[in-house]
Amino acid sequence: MKHIISVLVENKFGTLNRVATMFSARGFNLASISIGETEDPEISRMTIVTFADDQIISQVIKQLNRLIDTIKVTDLTKQPHVERELLLMTMKLTKTQQHEIFELINVFKGKVVDIKQKSITIEVIGSPDKINTTIDIFKPYGIKELARSGAVAIHRGE
Amino acid sequence: MHSSGQTLNGSEIFFECLRRENVEYIFGYPGGSLLKVYETLYDIKDIKHILVRHEQGATHMAEGYARATGKPGVVLVTSGPGATNTVTGIANAYMDSSPMVVFTGQVPSSLIGNDAFQEADIVGITRPITKHNFLVKDVKELALTIRKAFFLASNGRPGPVLIDMPKDILNASCTFHWPETVEIRGFKPTITCHINQVEKAAHKIAKAKRPLLYIGGGVISAEASEELRTFAIQQNIPVTMTLQGLGAFPGNHPLSMGMLGMHGTYWSNQAVNACDVLIAVGARFDDRVTGKIETFAPNAFIIHNDIDPTNVDKNIKVDLPIVGDAKDFLAKLLEETPETVENRDSWLADIQSWRELCPLTYNKEDGALRTEYVIDEVSKQTEGNAVVVTDVGQHQMWTSQYYTFRNPRSIITSGGLGTMGFGLPAAIGAAFGISDRPVILFSGDGGIMMNIQEIVTAVHYKTPIKIFLINNSFLGMVRQWQELFHKEKYSFTDLGESNPDFVKVAEAFRCKAILADTPESAKAAIKEALAYNEGPVFVDFRVMKKDMVFPMVPAGGSISDMLLARLNPKTMV
Ligand SMILES: Cc1ncc(C[n+]2csc(CCOP(=O)(O)OP(=O)(O)O)c2C)c(N)n1
Ligand SMILES: [Mg+2]
Repeated sequence: MKHIISVLVENKFGTLNRVATMFSARGFNLASISIGETEDPEISRMTIVTFADDQIISQVIKQLNRLIDTIKVTDLTKQPHVERELLLMTMKLTKTQQHEIFELINVFKGKVVDIKQKSITIEVIGSPDKINTTIDIFKPYGIKELARSGAVAIHRGE
Repeated sequence: MHSSGQTLNGSEIFFECLRRENVEYIFGYPGGSLLKVYETLYDIKDIKHILVRHEQGATHMAEGYARATGKPGVVLVTSGPGATNTVTGIANAYMDSSPMVVFTGQVPSSLIGNDAFQEADIVGITRPITKHNFLVKDVKELALTIRKAFFLASNGRPGPVLIDMPKDILNASCTFHWPETVEIRGFKPTITCHINQVEKAAHKIAKAKRPLLYIGGGVISAEASEELRTFAIQQNIPVTMTLQGLGAFPGNHPLSMGMLGMHGTYWSNQAVNACDVLIAVGARFDDRVTGKIETFAPNAFIIHNDIDPTNVDKNIKVDLPIVGDAKDFLAKLLEETPETVENRDSWLADIQSWRELCPLTYNKEDGALRTEYVIDEVSKQTEGNAVVVTDVGQHQMWTSQYYTFRNPRSIITSGGLGTMGFGLPAAIGAAFGISDRPVILFSGDGGIMMNIQEIVTAVHYKTPIKIFLINNSFLGMVRQWQELFHKEKYSFTDLGESNPDFVKVAEAFRCKAILADTPESAKAAIKEALAYNEGPVFVDFRVMKKDMVFPMVPAGGSISDMLLARLNPKTMV
């Protein structure tokens, strides 16, 4: 089962490496990991997406807690939360397909961030599921390059 | 002694911090990145620097010292090769949860990342084998970093911590400030056990007909032997111990069952199989203990106390997890468990019958010198009161079986990593920490060669260790597996032709040396060695070549299914 784990860590060099090293040393699955500063510049938030059964996920959480640079670990999966991912994607642009492409961008509430004679770069924000669908739908038009941010997630406010 | 507020350079701060951490000994080896530190050290008298002959030796000495005293062992090595030589010792301390602080010199900050001379990313290399590690980036951070390192190494589940110190930091100056308190927001170990959980445990134990205590090294590091003894005796519960737990409960007490697991006693393993409540304290259900996990303690309600939450439900699903310090757990448990105890006579009688069915014995009649005899004899002559250090192999398992450990902090052995070469330096380190009991090393003829250079250290410092070489001319433990499971193909395990004359080797190091090749000469040699305290003494015990450690649980088997004798009785001995 998919789990989204939010981890508050010390904002220090090497912290990301410690987490990644722990995952590989223990043989845990690591689907995505993203990290950025929080409102407190000394603390970063990591969002980790992993696939594991309940027994393993409890080990994952305990092992994360055991790292000295870890301040707080929350499994958001079973709590109300918002999860978002950013997709940047460059596609071929031909006269014949131009129209369809623009329509699809609208459907996915995407934005055009760059456009050239033969290519177009768009951004789409959504749940990882939505990002997967977006990629599937655009595939036939010729994707030249894409980049995904990995999920970031947070508790829903009260 | 310097005081807070003085201006000091990095090297002076380094020693001032060690002083405040009450460090007695540093096990170290100099080099380019540490020249300033060694310059400062030259005039220091209150902290003793022990010059080793290989940095791996320094780490094992520090661990031996830590295990004997409970205080963190301190290592000081230079950058690059000095640092990488510590890797095995750090990994060993990590696996066996020994408190240790390793200081490595590093190339100057401005050169880090440039593949500078003697640069190695030791922080990166040791990340998965340290409890935590630090690179000091500013001399102003040095004191706090050292404070944190000692705090982390010895609080919660102990372990090794490394501090990498670039050369420029050790030369730079700042106002010295010693932080009296230390606060690490990501490190809040649970010490106090949840009382409701302890009550539940007490309730289960009170009604248990066949309870069993399964004790690990955590009881020793928590200094909880006294609590354990009181509880086990008051509740009349038999005690089985892991390799690292031996000595936590006196081996000569009728409730002591010795070790469990792969080379544990037959009666311990049968008791695990039959118990109705298993109380695991400071142990981690290692695969060498459990054998086939599905059949481990199949009838038992399992209570598990450990200070490290990751140990709970890791290898085996337990019924009642209790995170916290072993001392706190056992003290509370004693309080909560009713004093009127369930009648356990038939349970103890069952254990007695297993004991009689398959006792630990060896042939005493044929005149051959056996390891079992040597260890048995050492146990008798020291009355179970020595600090016994081992290397890894058959002699290690025989030590667990035939030495009757009476006190905690008495067995110092590499259990988790199984590091050959650990024993000799660990014994030297232990002897620096202990002076009221003899320190005895049992090493194999394979393992002794892995850090043989440290005899120099023992000779130089007149360290009165007894180096008992169990010389069977084989990598005995590997040979045993080859005999049992690999068609008796003794592939690269026969050392007979290539072994040196160990007595001459020891003598070349100016170490007193004795040869013993019969039970009579062995007995006399042990006596002579125990009486000699002017420095190290080396005894080359020429024991039987193809002896076997029994009983044994074959890898992956159930621990109640033990092999008791050779599969092929015709095997040439
Ligand atoms: C550094 C290292 N290399 C290899 C091994 C694998 N190993 C385990 S026991 C053993 C044999 C040890 O032989 P010896 O030191 O003579 O002890 P004995 O078993 O004969 O008592 C070996 C090679 C190990 N544990 N550690
Ligand atoms: Mg041998």
